[in-house]
Amino acid sequence: MQASKEQLLWMFETMVAIRHYEETMANVYLEGKLPPNIQKGLAFDIGSGPVPGEMHLAAGQEPVAVGVCAHLKKEDTVVGTHRPHHFAIAKGVPLDRMTAEMFGKATGLGKGKGGHMHLFDPEHRFSCSGIIGASLPPACGAALAARKLGKDWVAVAFFGEGAGNQGSFHESLNLAALWNLPVVFVCEDNAWAISVPKSESTSISSVADRASAYGMPGARVADNDAVAVFEAAGEAIARARRGDGPSLLEVKTDRYLGHFQGDPEVYRPKDEVANLRKNDPIPRLASLLKRQGLMSDADEAEIVARAKQRVADAYEFARRSPYPAPQDALNDVFVSA
Amino acid sequence: MSKTRKLTMAQAIAEGIGQEMARDASVFVMGEDIGAYGGIFGATGGLLEKFGKERVMDTPISETAFIGAATGAAASGMRPIVELMFVDFFGVCMDQIYNHLAKNIYMAGGNIKLPVVLTTAIGGGYNDAAQHSQCLYATFAHMPGLKVVVPSNAYDAKGLMIQSIRDDNPVMFMYHKGIMGLPWMAYFEGSSSEVPDEPYTLPFGQAKVVREGKDLTIVTISQMVQKALLAADELAKDSVSAEVIDLRTLVPLDRDAVLKSVAKTGRLIVADEDYLGFGLTGEISAIVAENLDTLKLKAPVRRLAVPNVPIPYSRPLEQFVIPQVGSIVEAAKALMNARLAAAAGA
Repeated sequence: MQASKEQLLWMFETMVAIRHYEETMANVYLEGKLPPNIQKGLAFDIGSGPVPGEMHLAAGQEPVAVGVCAHLKKEDTVVGTHRPHHFAIAKGVPLDRMTAEMFGKATGLGKGKGGHMHLFDPEHRFSCSGIIGASLPPACGAALAARKLGKDWVAVAFFGEGAGNQGSFHESLNLAALWNLPVVFVCEDNAWAISVPKSESTSISSVADRASAYGMPGARVADNDAVAVFEAAGEAIARARRGDGPSLLEVKTDRYLGHFQGDPEVYRPKDEVANLRKNDPIPRLASLLKRQGLMSDADEAEIVARAKQRVADAYEFARRSPYPAPQDALNDVFVSA
Repeated sequence: MSKTRKLTMAQAIAEGIGQEMARDASVFVMGEDIGAYGGIFGATGGLLEKFGKERVMDTPISETAFIGAATGAAASGMRPIVELMFVDFFGVCMDQIYNHLAKNIYMAGGNIKLPVVLTTAIGGGYNDAAQHSQCLYATFAHMPGLKVVVPSNAYDAKGLMIQSIRDDNPVMFMYHKGIMGLPWMAYFEGSSSEVPDEPYTLPFGQAKVVREGKDLTIVTISQMVQKALLAADELAKDSVSAEVIDLRTLVPLDRDAVLKSVAKTGRLIVADEDYLGFGLTGEISAIVAENLDTLKLKAPVRRLAVPNVPIPYSRPLEQFVIPQVGSIVEAAKALMNARLAAAAGA
């Protein structure tokens, strides 16, 4: 399946927006967390600043999100991970309410009750979870619902290579294959399960090989490239949409930042990220677009400016938004029946 | 006018589910052995024949996958009923229950609905030992985000089941094996009752005074309601008039019903088949204690529950740790003679 000009340009612009979003967050996150404005003796204070708590950023992993989501409709379900921003942005989750959620504001997707690992946007059928391997079962359920409702909607579960060793992965693949569900399982292999390399956590080199154990197709994209992901995902999603059942797709991707912001990354070779960045998927796609005459330098400048403006507007919205009233903590445990 | 028939609790639950499935195409059932078998404890008997495999789905033994799938299907517009065969098995899938099903509505700021009914069998009394005999409703009631329904009889079970299915929130529907009226397990006759053939609902958070009395209040739930009623019969022979309160749901909890009854009788026993520590008996006692500025007790509060040991296998051991009719009678008689320290000192 070949990407159209519109799809290529959408992937490029969305990757630029994701990268800029994550790099902005990396800076915003540090506000108020460093000496001298924190408790004496601390090097870093995770609970301070406008965006407190853990923060897992996806810079470098953009191709997985855009290559898959380029094929999705609004009614298709995406369930993401604890590192969810690139998926959310690619699925069309509004940036302003998503950012407000991370700032803990009343205008956030969850009115400030979820935070960055727990983004819920029912309109765009997006959710995520802070628990490893938790995305697969609900994606099976969304796919089951689509079939019961007689729709051609599909569901995508994203998860990391570390989650491929969770029971939920194996249970879900078996269930999806058994019930022939329209779901695509997409493994982001960024090589690191926090600090443990894949070679020390996983019994085989390719998670995608596990597909054969469940009687479904498995494919590995060995290149962190949006077009390569687009092509592989296109087949898997079309298959699901046709009613031909689930697939497992694994994408070799690169995590440019720490597992979480503030991660000292003592486990990682010093020059690893610099080498990974030589293969940055964003300039690669830009040069492809230019080689094919689909984007001029002026077009690129306009696209980048537009993406950056979107991100800037979202952060501005989040900063300007009010905090919830403290007693709002008592609401929303249940919806009114 | 609706006619009634005597049904077992299992039959009443299955009838309630079936009537909602007929009314609402988005309702479906999945779980282990819920199809051709009809549920190990009969809660889905006859549904496969009526509704077919697409709506009555036997699952693999993969509780994480299919309970998580229920959450996903509910978020996508369905109303799944999903069965965890024994509550004791929650250990293999609790992440999907309490980190996702129970919390997602809150973390979404109330912007999603999760109409999932999670049915599960509870309780001991038939020598199935520590991994198949627990109640654990307090565990689920302790964690925010799940409504917890624990019926004691067929009439309540049908109405509460239909109410559960129509609720847009996750509901744990916990049925005690020893009141289901199974042909292969002894049960309390009182749990089978007259049930209207028409659909009906019972609101959550409304306890029922199942026997009125004036001397002491027995607050209880599930199978223990049947034991408490038998105990009350015994006590009546000794001229002790016991009021029995069936809480029916733990979340939401009908605090007012407890306070009202204790205000009348001045004496409270909480009888429970769950563990004693940090559970239902403590919660009810605390509610009474917090209201002692207006409420007047004639005697201390007494708690009957499993004394913080796993449920043992051997018959004499199990019958010792689970409160029985006799232990309720004994506790009640003792309570009639007990005095508050302040009163004793006076």
